[in-house]
Amino acid sequence: MSRKIVVGFDGSEASQRALDFAITRAQAQGDSILIAHVLEWSPYSFLTPSEVEERHRRRTEELQRAEAAILTPVVRQVEQAGIPVSTTLRYGHTAETLCRIARDEGAAMIFIGRMGASGFASRIFGSVAATLAQVSPVPVTIVP
Amino acid sequence: MTTMKLNAPALAGLAAGLGVAPAAAQGVDETVNQIFASSTGWFVQLIFSNFPGTGFPWIVGWLVIAASIFTLYFGFIQFRAFGHSLALVRGDYSDPNDAGEVSHFQALTTALSGTVGLGNIAGVAVAIGIGGPGATFWMILAGLLGMASKFTECTLGVKYRNEYADGTVSGGPMYYMTKGFAERRLPGGKFLAVLFAIFCILGSFGGGNMFQANQAHAQIINVVGEYPGWITGVVMAIIVFLVIVGGLKSIARVTEKVVPFMAALYVITALVIIAMNYDMIGTALGQIITGAFTNDGVVGGAIGALIQGFRRAAFSNEAGIGSAAIAHSAVRTKEPVTEGFVSLLEPFIDTVIICTMTALVIIITGQLVSDPATGLFVLNEAGDGIRTVTGNSGVALTSDAFSSAFGWFRYVLVLAVVLFAFSTMISWSYYGLKAWTFLFGEGQTKELIFKVIFCVFVVIGASASLGPVIDFSDAMIFAMAIPNIIALYLLMPIVRAETNSYLSRLRTGQIRKYG
Repeated sequence: MSRKIVVGFDGSEASQRALDFAITRAQAQGDSILIAHVLEWSPYSFLTPSEVEERHRRRTEELQRAEAAILTPVVRQVEQAGIPVSTTLRYGHTAETLCRIARDEGAAMIFIGRMGASGFASRIFGSVAATLAQVSPVPVTIVP
Repeated sequence: MTTMKLNAPALAGLAAGLGVAPAAAQGVDETVNQIFASSTGWFVQLIFSNFPGTGFPWIVGWLVIAASIFTLYFGFIQFRAFGHSLALVRGDYSDPNDAGEVSHFQALTTALSGTVGLGNIAGVAVAIGIGGPGATFWMILAGLLGMASKFTECTLGVKYRNEYADGTVSGGPMYYMTKGFAERRLPGGKFLAVLFAIFCILGSFGGGNMFQANQAHAQIINVVGEYPGWITGVVMAIIVFLVIVGGLKSIARVTEKVVPFMAALYVITALVIIAMNYDMIGTALGQIITGAFTNDGVVGGAIGALIQGFRRAAFSNEAGIGSAAIAHSAVRTKEPVTEGFVSLLEPFIDTVIICTMTALVIIITGQLVSDPATGLFVLNEAGDGIRTVTGNSGVALTSDAFSSAFGWFRYVLVLAVVLFAFSTMISWSYYGLKAWTFLFGEGQTKELIFKVIFCVFVVIGASASLGPVIDFSDAMIFAMAIPNIIALYLLMPIVRAETNSYLSRLRTGQIRKYG
């Protein structure tokens, strides 16, 4: 049976490694891949009046840029590997949004790359990998 | 926001302190003062004149009566919809697919950063110092009524905003005056809109700018000692310039983050001080209630308390002025009335919570001197207010009250005043710009002209003691309420239709929570 793998992809080398690994797994198991790109966003951040005014336009631009610069190039790579591929582009908290995508899409697992943040910064801000490991509804593969 | 008359003594003090300024600049100041005083004094007097035989400015009556009418007309919407307003701000009704758009929370905090400011810290102290503890009662009442005014103007602001092809939006009273009046086939919409826009531009230079810079400087020299005001002015002007012209978002973002933090710190500190004096809470509440209805609260008795309380509330939360309608209109929502619901929390937070905290701390820490024999408050030497322990009034009185519990709070308060002043300036630069582009059209050069003029006024405001100029611009801010409230009266049936339609769909479950 074909399952769906969600790959958290942000254009970084680490996420590219996760995608490459997901491709080999998908080829071996006949799975499909959903490339998910999350634009970090909190509805509780603070904006100036002019940022509020421009927000809708900025959002449209950000979505277009992410689609063109991040998702489109790698879709071709997955297609060439002969794997069914789809993409999704969302705003939100990265780890939470990846979990929501996995749940909404009935995905079997989540693949992400490890950013390699260690020490102080990740203690303060947490990391996507650590959060996912804690809260994900499906198995998570963290690719070093 | 800002306030008017309270600044007169503060400005006088500042003028005395500015003896260090170059003589030439002083000469220019005086000339400007004279020109302004002689040509605009009549307007200031007209706006701030009292109802015959009272000390009650008619413009305050205009705002409070309007707030009462909206409260009745919408069936106490501020209480009926309060819970739903909180749910909207929490995001319970936000479509997750709209993530990345301006949320209700963001629209609310952006609008709040324009209103929370000196009025909450200095203005309340003036009200309590003159009207006694009873003023607090009337201030809270006016704050609660003002919620209905905000609801009305912000719903209209979203409903009649302009949306452009590139996705940006422009809204505010100018747009509901023109488009709303045309829809209802009412005459005079264009006239009111132009009038409002002129008042708004001038108000943005004055109360939303010069007054803020001026008082920020006054607070800074209070702590670090005397130095020329133009230095503060130039520094603030450069920062404002970088934000509004240079698009330097990082500074603005820092302020926008620090301002809510300061507001929260202010409220929490106040609560701690109140808790520390818990044995005084009963007495304080008793003073507030009796002072509101009996003649124990000094100058002018209960009527004096009412006048002071109403004035402070109206001047602090800007309900009915029309500025909030500009701030809220950019939110992304399919239902204009949802933004009205969210905006009604603004006077609640600004006046009912923050202003009340200031008042309670001043009363509870015993800053006001009363006669132990009679229990009545004692007048000061000048006879225009209650004698305070330190002899201070205004922002210094607030500072005394907080410092009596925590000595370090004096410095936090300075930082708070400067930051509040800065965020109010950023907000008003936006309101002024919207009015400017309404009159002159959009365009890079036109907008740059406004922004540069705005920055020039920051320097003038901080370095000079332009009493008449500032009186004039404060009068302009309140003058905005004249065309705005006329428009609100004429357009309120539209708001009622929107509200009823929305609430019935909410009841039948057509509008549902997400998640």
